[in-house]
Amino acid sequence: MNAGSPPATAQGTRTQCTGGLVADDFISFSKVTKDFGSLRVVEDLELDIAQGEFVSLLGPSGSGKTTLLMMLAGFETVTGGEIRLDGQRINDLPTYKRDMGVVFQNYALFPHMTAAKNVAFPLEMRGTPRAEVADRVARALEMVKLGPFAGRLPIQLSGGQQQRVALARALVFEPRVVLMDEPLGALDKQLREQMQLDIRELHHRLGLTIIFVTHDQDEALTMSDRIAVFNQGQIQQCAPPRHVYDSPANRFVAEFIGETNLLAGKVRAIDGRAITFALPDGSICRARGVPGLAPGAEALLSLRPERIGIGAADAAIDGPNIARGEIADIIYQGDHLRVVIDSSVGRLVAQLGRKDAEWTPGAKVAVSFDEADGWVIAP
Amino acid sequence: MNRLSRPRAFLLMSPLLLFLGLFFVWPLVSVIWQAVSDPAISRVLPRTAAEIGGWGGEGVPSDEVQAAFREDIVANTDDMAMGDVTRRLNSSQSGFRSLMGKTVREVRETPDIALIEIDDRWGETAFWKAIQDNASPYTDAFLLSALDLQRAGSGEIEAMPAGSSANRTIILRTLWISAIVTLCCLLIGLPYAMIAASVTGWKRAVMIAAVLLPLWTSLLVRTAAWMIILQESGIINQVLMGIGIISDPLVLIYNRAGVVIAMTHVLLPFMVLPIYSVLLTVPGNLMSAAASLGAHPVRAFLRVLLPLSLRGMISGMLLVFMSSIGYYITPALVGGASDQMISSVIAFYATQSANWSMAAALGLILLVLTLLLYALYNRLSRDPVPTR
Repeated sequence: MNAGSPPATAQGTRTQCTGGLVADDFISFSKVTKDFGSLRVVEDLELDIAQGEFVSLLGPSGSGKTTLLMMLAGFETVTGGEIRLDGQRINDLPTYKRDMGVVFQNYALFPHMTAAKNVAFPLEMRGTPRAEVADRVARALEMVKLGPFAGRLPIQLSGGQQQRVALARALVFEPRVVLMDEPLGALDKQLREQMQLDIRELHHRLGLTIIFVTHDQDEALTMSDRIAVFNQGQIQQCAPPRHVYDSPANRFVAEFIGETNLLAGKVRAIDGRAITFALPDGSICRARGVPGLAPGAEALLSLRPERIGIGAADAAIDGPNIARGEIADIIYQGDHLRVVIDSSVGRLVAQLGRKDAEWTPGAKVAVSFDEADGWVIAP
Repeated sequence: MNRLSRPRAFLLMSPLLLFLGLFFVWPLVSVIWQAVSDPAISRVLPRTAAEIGGWGGEGVPSDEVQAAFREDIVANTDDMAMGDVTRRLNSSQSGFRSLMGKTVREVRETPDIALIEIDDRWGETAFWKAIQDNASPYTDAFLLSALDLQRAGSGEIEAMPAGSSANRTIILRTLWISAIVTLCCLLIGLPYAMIAASVTGWKRAVMIAAVLLPLWTSLLVRTAAWMIILQESGIINQVLMGIGIISDPLVLIYNRAGVVIAMTHVLLPFMVLPIYSVLLTVPGNLMSAAASLGAHPVRAFLRVLLPLSLRGMISGMLLVFMSSIGYYITPALVGGASDQMISSVIAFYATQSANWSMAAALGLILLVLTLLLYALYNRLSRDPVPTR
C-alpha cells in the first residue's frame, strides 16, 4: 500500500477499498438517514463492508457512529435509505432475526445468570441440542480464557472478565456480523491494549466480520482493516489506517487522527501526484495531496510532527521543504521529545527521538520534511 | 474517650428507646398478656389455687386442699368476683352454679363443715378437676377459641361444636380475600411498573404520580369514592348500561367483588413501587442484548426481565398480602355480611362485647400470621448473589 495513493472518500462516491479482502458488499448502507425528532444525526450515508473485514467507526461523540451501529443491529429504525446484509434488505427485520452478535459498552450481561448461562443464552434461543450447547459454551469460554469462571455470576467477575464473557456470548453462535459498541471504553489502559490484541487475533483466526465503534483513534489504528471517520452524521473518510493517517481526506480527519501542523498557503502547480505549494513567507515546498485541487487554490499543508526533521541552521543547505527558525520549547515525554519551533512559516511542533536531545531552547535550527510526508488538503 | 462516649450515646438514644418501649413493646406485651391471662380464680381462691396443684387428679383432693378452699370462701368479701368464679367454673362443668351458691352459703355459716356434707357433688372428681384446670392464672382457652378449638373435660384439645363459632371460617376467608387482592394487584401492578420503568420524561412522572397520589389520600376517602362509583346507579353501571353491554345494573357493592375492587385499588401502590424500583436497577439494554442474541421479545421477557423483577414482585406480593390481612374499614364499608374479615371480629370483641381477652387472642393470631409471612419474605428476598 502506497502512502501517497489517492485516498477513497465516501463523499459522493462509493467506497471501494477493502483492505485486500474479497470485494463483494456483504453489508451495504445506501443513502441511510436517521432523524431523532427534528435532529438529523446520520445523513445520506454510504458505506460498504466486505465479509471478513474489520471496520472501525471512529469519531467524536454525537457524530452518528453509534446510531449507525444501532440501526444495523435493529435497535433503531432507519428514517431513510436502505441497509442490506448479504443482499437482503434488513431495514424492517426485527433484531432477533438479524443474527448479529453485539458487544455493548457496559457489557449488558444478564446479572442473574452465570457466565456459562450467559454464553449459552443465544444457543438456547436457537434451539441447539443441550449436549452441543454445553460443548460450545465450554469452547467459547476457553477461547476467551475464562474456562475456570464458568460458574460465576457477572458481579463476581472483574470488568475485563465480564467483557470477555460478553465477547464469548456474542461469538458463540457464529453470527454473520459482530458489532462492538465501544466495548473497551470501561477498561483500564493495559487491559484495553491486551483486549485489542485479543480481539484482533480472534478476528484473524475466525475470519469474523467486525464493525467496531470507538472514539479512541489508537484503538482504531491498531485493530482495523479500514477506519470510517465520522463527523456530524457523515463519513469523512473511509480507508485503511495508513491512508487515514498519512493521507487524510480533509482538515477534520487530519486534525482528528493523530496530531498535525497545518500551514495555510496556495497551490502553485500540480504535476501528476506532486504538488508545488507556496507558503505565506514566499517559500516553496513540494508535497503530495488530495485529488481535486486546482492550481491557485487556497489550501492547507499538513505536516505530522514525527515527519519533521531538525538540523543545525548553519548547515548551509537550501532548497524546497526547508524553513529556518528558533526552538521555543522542548518537552520531555518519556519515549520522545516534543520540540516547539518558531519558524519563518509559523509555529511548528516536531517530535524527535531521545537521541536528538542535544537541542536546547533558543537554538537556531533548520526544519525540513520529505516530499512524500507533506500532505495538501482543501482548507 | 470510648468509656465516656458509650453512656453518652446511650443517653442520646434513650428518648427513642423510651418511645419504642412505651408505644411498641408495652402494648404488644400487654396484648399477649391479655390473650393468655385468666386471673379470676387464682385471685379469688389463692390458697386453693396453690394447694390443688399437688392433687393427682384421682378421687377427691386431700383435706388440706378442702380446708384451703373453705378458708378462701370465708376470706372472700367480693361477691361479684365470686360470681365470676362461679360462671367460669360452670362453663367448665355444669352444675357449679347451684353447687357454689349452696357451698358459699353453708361455709360462711359453719367454716369447719365437711364439703361432702353440703353436697354429694363435692365427692365427684369432675368438679375438683374443673377447679384445678382453672386455677392457673394462665390459659390457652382464648387462643384455642380464636381458632374454634376448646379443651374437653379430659384436657384434650377438640373442635368446638359446629355452628358455635366462625373464627376459623373468617380467618380462612381473610386469607382467601387477601390472596385474591394480591393476585389482582400483581396482574395490574406488574405490567404497570414495567411500562412506567420503560418510558421516560413526563410520561414516567405522570404514571408514578398516578400511583403516589392515591397513597397520599385518606383510606376512608378512597373507600368512600368506591362506594359512589360502584353503587347501583354509580358511574360504572351507568356507563355499561349506557353503551348497552348490560341491561340490569351489576351488583358491585356490598359483596365480594366490591371488596376486591376497592382493596386492589387501595393496595396497588404497594405492588407497583417495589417492582418499579427493582426494574430501575436493571440496565436498559439487557432487552436489546437479548434480542441481538436471538431472543423473541416474549422469550426475552420471560428469561430476562421477569426473573430480574422477581424480587420486586415478591416484596410487592408480601406487602400487599400482609396489609390486606389486617383490613377493616374497606370490607366494613363496601362488603356484605359474608365479606367481613378477621379485623372486624377483633373490633367486635374489643368495642362491642368488651371481651378484651378474645380480641387480644385474635390479634395475636393475626400477628403470628404476619410474622410468619415476614420470615418467608426475608428468606425469599435475601440477596442470592454472594458479595465478593
